[in-house]
Order: sequence, then structure tokens, then C-alpha cells
Amino acid sequence: MRWIWIDRILELERGRRCVTIKNVSAAEEVLHDHFPAKGDRPAQPVMPNTLIIEGMAQTAGIMVGHAGDFKEKVILAKITRAEFSDAARPGYTIRFTAEMDNYSKSGASTHGKCELIDPHTGESKPLAEIALMFSHIDHNMAGLAFPEHNSRLHRATHANVAGLGFPG
Amino acid sequence: MTHDEVFAKVREVLEEALGVDEDEVTPEATLGGDLGAESIDYLDIVFRLEKAFGIKISQAELMADNVLSDPQYVQDGKVTDLGMAELRKQLPHADLDTFDESRQVDEFPNIFTVESMVKFVQGKL
Repeated sequence: MRWIWIDRILELERGRRCVTIKNVSAAEEVLHDHFPAKGDRPAQPVMPNTLIIEGMAQTAGIMVGHAGDFKEKVILAKITRAEFSDAARPGYTIRFTAEMDNYSKSGASTHGKCELIDPHTGESKPLAEIALMFSHIDHNMAGLAFPEHNSRLHRATHANVAGLGFPG
Repeated sequence: MTHDEVFAKVREVLEEALGVDEDEVTPEATLGGDLGAESIDYLDIVFRLEKAFGIKISQAELMADNVLSDPQYVQDGKVTDLGMAELRKQLPHADLDTFDESRQVDEFPNIFTVESMVKFVQGKL
């Protein structure tokens, strides 16, 4: 099954921008181990930064796939830059805004920001800035076989986008 | 634009794309061997060079990667005579003499030095 780490697509502008959100819940097991209570120290549950990068990769990946009508196999190829200025605790919402820098037959580069929204006040503050590179794998690896689950990923993303009323 | 001006911009591009320090980006440093560039980094470098110099680059013209995937130019992991001739034609900016001694495809990334990037950009301006 496709592992989706974003909850909702808010905006998708072809080849330019994609905005999504992910709610941070204390019920998510990953937070139980990151970081559990130890000795006198109480538990400090925060979303691992690697998973914040994953959320941005999915957000930007949808934008890159959509730009090519989901005909290309898009994979995350490089984390060009990731800088974090805060921690994502349960009860907050992360908003990912990805923007396209370059798009070509071989792949794409993107940059974007993550913001932490407090649902209680509606206020937001910076969480991270992340730049990524994606590869159109068929053009870069001479058409090596791709796992079947990736086709399901494309179909799932396709359905997700179609559900928002976007073409393609 | 002078050679030094092009070099300064190329160095900045490589620092950002590869996360290397300024003093590592010497004219003779190889992108693959000395600066640690991997395949996706070349696409990143292409995007950044296009932006920095306002030029259009295809990855094939910078790297001739179409040659290495063609069986008539590569046999048993080595570039053939025909392949070497094609590389010299397609990559006038690269110094192929050392590579010509081994012709091993795995060593191909080492032909791209910082100076070869500078020459390539100068040819496009």
C-alpha cells in the first residue's frame, strides 16, 4: 500500500507550486520513540526531521509528477538543503509549500518552506526550509525495471489530485 | 566575460550544488573524484549553470552520456575506438587524454574537471 505522509492537498498549480498539510498527532507511533521518557526526563514527542523532509518530498513530488501528467517515474534523488528552525510537536499542523525551480526531461529541482500552524490561535511560524532534486528515472537509468508498488503510488497520487478537481 | 569571472561563478555553482568549500574547487579538481559529485548532482549543476549564466544546456552536450549507453561505443565496460572519437567530437571542453589510456567507463566521471566546466560555459557564451 502506498504510504502517504501528508493529509491534504490545499493548492496545486501546474509546474509551479503545491501546498499540503500534515497534522502531527500524539497517536502516531513514531513520536512515541522520538523521544521517550528516560530517567527523570519526561517524554519529548516531536516529529523526526527526516519525516518532515519526507512530507516535503511528497508535496514536491506530486507537483513534479503533475507537471509531467504523471507519465514520468519521479523519485527523490537528492536533499540539496534542509534547515530546521523549530520542532513539530503533537497538536500542531505542518504546512508544506513546495515551488518548482527547474523542470526538464531528466528531472526537477524544487525548494520550499515548512510552517508550523497552531490550530488554537491560527498563528504560524517557520519550521524548516528544504530544497530537493527529483529524477525522472526512465531518462536517467536506461529504463531499469521499477517496482510495481510505484505504479500504485502514481495511481494513488493521480486519484488524490483528481479528487481535488485537477485535470490529469 | 573573462575566464576568471566565469571560473568564479562556476566555483559558486559547484559549492552550492555539491556542498564543498571554496578552496576545494580548484581548476584541476575532478567533479566525480575530488568533489564527490554523483549522477544526480550533474543535473543540479546543469540547472544552476543555466541560471547563473542565462544559458540553455542539455545534459547530453555537457556529459555525452548518450555515448556511454550505446553498445557500439562501449564494449566490456570499455570505450571503443569509435566511442573515443565520438567523445572527442562531443566533448571539446574535456581533457580526454588520461581517460584514453584506460577507457574504463567507471573512470569516465573523472574527466570532468572544474576547468572543463569553465571551458564548456565559455563555449556557450
